[in-house]
Amino acid sequence: MAVPKRKKSRSRTRSRRAQWKAAPLTLVACDRCQETKRPHTVCQNCGTYDKRQVLAV
Amino acid sequence: MPAPKKGPRLGGNGTHQKHILANLAKSLIEHERITTTEAKARQLRPFVEPLITKAKKGDLHARRQVAATLELRNTPFYSGRDTLFKLFEEIAPRYAARPGGYTRIVKLGPRRGDNAPMAIIELVEPLTVAQEATREAEAATKRAVKENEAKAEAAPAEDAAPVADEVTETEVADEVEDKVEDAAPKSDEA
Repeated sequence: MAVPKRKKSRSRTRSRRAQWKAAPLTLVACDRCQETKRPHTVCQNCGTYDKRQVLAV
Repeated sequence: MPAPKKGPRLGGNGTHQKHILANLAKSLIEHERITTTEAKARQLRPFVEPLITKAKKGDLHARRQVAATLELRNTPFYSGRDTLFKLFEEIAPRYAARPGGYTRIVKLGPRRGDNAPMAIIELVEPLTVAQEATREAEAATKRAVKENEAKAEAAPAEDAAPVADEVTETEVADEVEDKVEDAAPKSDEA
């Protein structure tokens, strides 16, 4: 069976993992309450979307 | 080879997917508004809307077809009669004036735990009298414009044919536009 010839050095492992990055979250201001929210979703603060009350708060 | 259906597939196999969709549809009819994952909501919409359209026909055949799709069977614990009754006698008349588009999907964002994007799918409100009037007026205007365009296209083609060498294309286009503008207000009044 094919097996790795060498142990992966700490440096290699860490260099590879240096590319793991979290993407910044896209946020917009809510029309109603100006709280930040995800675009195209219900505002979790005031429960409105498209000027319509969707969730009870 | 048959091409797979568009969008995400639910459940483990085809029958499982059918059961999931039927159960979601039953819940939606019963509660009129359910919270589920966005993928399920998106699959549910083209599943229930034809059922509502069927229910608007209201005959026995439609009733049996809907009952079969919703997998309504008489069991000691659950009878689908209430669901079917509600769909045909309550929901269908509400949408008599609405040509499809009976549901609304609103996104809620990711769920805690598995980060699945969630959504609310709900039956929309019936059209108000004012909305219906606006819709009809808009449709009438569209029809009138279309008819005028058809007339305008037919008329200059006959007139312009003999003198085509002298009349440039831009002039013809201007004439057509003028005719459409003149004709549009008249049809609105009528």
